[in-house]
Amino acid sequence: MPEATPNSMPHQLHTGAATFDAPVVVFKDVSITFDVKPVLQDLSFTVHPGETRIILGPAGCGKSVLMKLANGLMRPDSGSIHVFGQDVTRMRETDLYKLRSRIGMVFQESALFDSLSVEDNVAYRLHEEHVPEAEAHDRVLEALKFVELDQAIAKFPSELSGGMRRRVSIARAIITKPDLILYDSPTAGLDPITSTTIVELVIKQRDVTHTTSLLITHRLQDAFTLAMNRFNQSTGKMERIPNGGIDDSTKFLVLNEGKVVFDGTTMELVHTSDPWLKDYLG
Amino acid sequence: MSFVSPEIFAKQKVAAVQDYSVLALHAVTNLFSGPRYWADIITQMDSIGFGSLPIIVLTGFFTGCVLALQSATSLQEFGAVSMTGNLVSLSMVKELGPVLTGLMVSGRNASGMASELGSMKVTEQLDAMRALGTDPVRKLVTPRLYATIFMLFFLTILADAFGIAGGALVSVALLGLNGSSYFHNSYQALVYADVVQGLTKPLFFGFIIATVGCYFGMTTKGGTQGVGRSTTQAVVVSSVFIIIVDLLVTRSMIGIFGR
Ligand SMILES: Nc1ncnc2c1ncn2[C@@H]1O[C@H](COP(=O)(O)OP(=O)(O)OP(=O)(O)O)[C@@H](O)[C@H]1O
Ligand SMILES: [Mg+2]
Repeated sequence: MPEATPNSMPHQLHTGAATFDAPVVVFKDVSITFDVKPVLQDLSFTVHPGETRIILGPAGCGKSVLMKLANGLMRPDSGSIHVFGQDVTRMRETDLYKLRSRIGMVFQESALFDSLSVEDNVAYRLHEEHVPEAEAHDRVLEALKFVELDQAIAKFPSELSGGMRRRVSIARAIITKPDLILYDSPTAGLDPITSTTIVELVIKQRDVTHTTSLLITHRLQDAFTLAMNRFNQSTGKMERIPNGGIDDSTKFLVLNEGKVVFDGTTMELVHTSDPWLKDYLG
Repeated sequence: MSFVSPEIFAKQKVAAVQDYSVLALHAVTNLFSGPRYWADIITQMDSIGFGSLPIIVLTGFFTGCVLALQSATSLQEFGAVSMTGNLVSLSMVKELGPVLTGLMVSGRNASGMASELGSMKVTEQLDAMRALGTDPVRKLVTPRLYATIFMLFFLTILADAFGIAGGALVSVALLGLNGSSYFHNSYQALVYADVVQGLTKPLFFGFIIATVGCYFGMTTKGGTQGVGRSTTQAVVVSSVFIIIVDLLVTRSMIGIFGR
């Protein structure tokens, strides 16, 4: 199986070094049931430092639940979840708040605080940490520039479009430069142009800061854009990795009916022999 | 409305009481450790306390007026119309001031808290807050709890004062009583135990309003309709609790002070 192409060497080096580090997220035999409906069953997977893990699966298969479990917002019925080596399923809520300061999360519906302005939303964590007002403002501007929304700083979430809200939500998640970012369907329900903008942001985040991330998406197209593009720092745009190369730090996890049906690299996914997976990938 | 077996129903109720107790306990004890949100406490004091001023002043005043009118009719039979001041001040300070203030603030703020926190819950803003490293109980419930207790205490004093003033107006203008003897009687009627009783009640009522309002808000399920349901339940439950706790406090105060 062609694992790496010469062009993806930098990434190869990066993940190569990283695999010796402790994994960032480890799910082990995780199960959760709501009422009588089992949503996740004996789910296990590992995410290594610097990896971008794309999570695919049909609607309602438990992707959002998985992400909330990873952040300790929900607790599983059984199994263990280690994030940065700490077991979030057994931690006290007060310790979880400390751990979450290293994690940024983008919610499926953005979940911006609707009574706060864009600036206060993005600066939320800085205000909590009592960062001086002037410095907080500069950092908010920087984060909003990153998502190309600095003109919307004084607006309220209700005055923004869905795509703009997503981008504000991304800015809020990345402002403290977390070590792990959880993106829940950042491109769902958006037009192709806006979703490409958001995918570009994710690629930028991946290739510039090498932050470990989990990303849920429904759009296979976005998933493959992520795998086949890289961020060019000199042009400030994403570009195709030449010669059909593939980003090595991007891996896939496909869920169906609460179980892992695929866990591996882009190439392995494309060359799968599993009939359901072939059908799903179209 | 779905029907569930009595066993499941009982289990749900027990779990709800347990969740409520845990929330109330955390809301109280959060103030003894950091981080504390003083700015939020001040904002809440303004919205709960200052915002409730008009309705509390009006309720207190008109209740005092009606009380004077009603009691004068009864007192006339015993030839004791001059005792109107005693009756008004005792009823206002011990009972009507605290209870009416509690019910009014419950209608205004328990509902406000339930709908505000409820909307945040159904739009995942509470989860987002937790994901950003803030404890929603600490940031949202604790400030509301302390602000309500603190402000309800002073609102009750205001309601008492305006009630007595309303009684005075009616006594002087309609019943033809002497103003200074009205106030003298009102003052004479009250002893230490009455004032303590009247000022202990708002502490309990404030606690009930904030914890019940926030509990229904934070446990909201089922979209906008759920928010509406939580809001109604918060007002109903906190009002009923206020009246029940009023009985318990009154009984124990009588036990302690003998009146
Ligand atoms: N808080 C909850 N209470 C009860 N059931 C829940 C809860 N959260 C999720 N579920 C159930 O878990 C299942 C998985 O939900 P989840 O939101 O994870 O789906 P998803 O994979 O993210 O779907 P989508 O792609 O549409 O976002 C659904 O059947 C849903 O009904
Ligand atoms: Mg989802």
